[in-house]
Amino acid sequence: MNATAKVLRYDMRDLLRSRWLVGYALFFAALTDALIRFGGSSEKALLSLVSVTLFVVPLVALVFGTVYFYNAREFTELLLAQPVNRRQLFAGLYLGLALSLSLGFLLGVAVPVMFEGLDDAAARVPFFMLLAAGTALTAIFSAIAFVIAIRFEDRLKGLGIAIAAWLGAAIVYDGLVLIAVLVFSDYPLERPMLVATFINPLDLARVLLLLQFDASALLGYTGAVFKSFFTGISGTLVSLAALAAWVAAPIILGLRGFQRKDF
Amino acid sequence: MIEARGLSKRFGTLQVLEQLDLTVAAGRVTAILGPNGAGKTTFIKMILGLTRPSGGTLRFDGEAINGDCRYRARIGYMPQIARFPENLTGRELIAMVRDLRPPAGACDEELIGAFALEPQLDKPLRTLSGGTRQKINAVLAFLFRPDLLIFDEPTAGLDPVASSVLKDKILAARRDGRTCIITSHVLSELEELADDVVFLLDGHARFAGSVPELKARTGQPTIERAVAALMRPTLGEAA
Repeated sequence: MNATAKVLRYDMRDLLRSRWLVGYALFFAALTDALIRFGGSSEKALLSLVSVTLFVVPLVALVFGTVYFYNAREFTELLLAQPVNRRQLFAGLYLGLALSLSLGFLLGVAVPVMFEGLDDAAARVPFFMLLAAGTALTAIFSAIAFVIAIRFEDRLKGLGIAIAAWLGAAIVYDGLVLIAVLVFSDYPLERPMLVATFINPLDLARVLLLLQFDASALLGYTGAVFKSFFTGISGTLVSLAALAAWVAAPIILGLRGFQRKDF
Repeated sequence: MIEARGLSKRFGTLQVLEQLDLTVAAGRVTAILGPNGAGKTTFIKMILGLTRPSGGTLRFDGEAINGDCRYRARIGYMPQIARFPENLTGRELIAMVRDLRPPAGACDEELIGAFALEPQLDKPLRTLSGGTRQKINAVLAFLFRPDLLIFDEPTAGLDPVASSVLKDKILAARRDGRTCIITSHVLSELEELADDVVFLLDGHARFAGSVPELKARTGQPTIERAVAALMRPTLGEAA
């Protein structure tokens, strides 16, 4: 067993006992349970769950991730003083965080669904796509949290930037896209809009999820363009591939920062 | 054991170490002294590979420290601040470090008994006091019987009993022929530990030599008074 697996093992043991993580799982469990019981059809329940997931998962990954890295600072130094190389240690710390958060999300959403079931077999694909997108968003935004925490020594500054990153991806970005659409309404905007979808992983995840439902009204401008461009299954495949690329990018950036950092 | 040649470190515009030449002799206890910001911790972190030099070379037992992590199997480190994963127990923490660093022989767990840590080892680390966590740090530093022991302000959070246990342990390590590097603000406690003294000021070694040499050069009876004399600029120039 290499150092990554060893760090991961103890790291997850620590994180899974954290009250915050247990609370995170319980939050999704309570929400999913309530939506299935009182939300009418499975599809409606899942759509509401999609909206909450797109907001909450990146926020928790960013805030919890930066706080976790800053709190583990002294311990990370202690581990770095052992005969362990930085790449393996980074992998262990990152996977410990991303897997623990993903597990909290997956259990929180899946356990109520397993007990109560989906009333419509057609809701299965959107449901599994929701689990996949939630996991991908956790992986992406935990890595971004690490990139921020590695780059900024000052905890308060790092946390502020993490929250700003979330505001940017979740709220400001859509506003900017809308303004751009208004300002440049005389020009053909399909291709720039398509690019705009790929630039923001949160937008990408939203389009991927809403493509699974018959709810075009919620797709928004970028999503509508996306749907007309990638018809049928190709839209799902392209957005999944792009999300995977989005997972890799901040991990590589974070690893590079971690290897060069002066502790 | 440690040899620095022209060692420099710059953080942005701040020059922490400047062209430092320094040798830490094997089998002796070397105290690294200096005011806050003199570069003591930076020097220690460079030995551990936590911080990289901006210039110059640093050798551990003849081998340049340049990113390979294996040499650290011969070093035990007790950091200044003891912060661990909150929800692990002391026993799990020790098991984790032991997993990461498979011991060549039997581990040295003497300090667990000497500090009477046994009853604390199954509690979550967040519930332990700072002093107790610092004792666990000391256990980890000695655990693998390393050739080089590095202590950053080791007795800062310890009560007098624990601090004398630790000092006895350091002296025993020296008797075994192991090398120790200590930084401390409590100069009186170094009196009974240190063989050699390095006094860092503004990134340079203002003095490096044995304790008797230091006292002879400054004409002072104790390390504390000798260091105070070194900090007076005129005498410092002469030295």
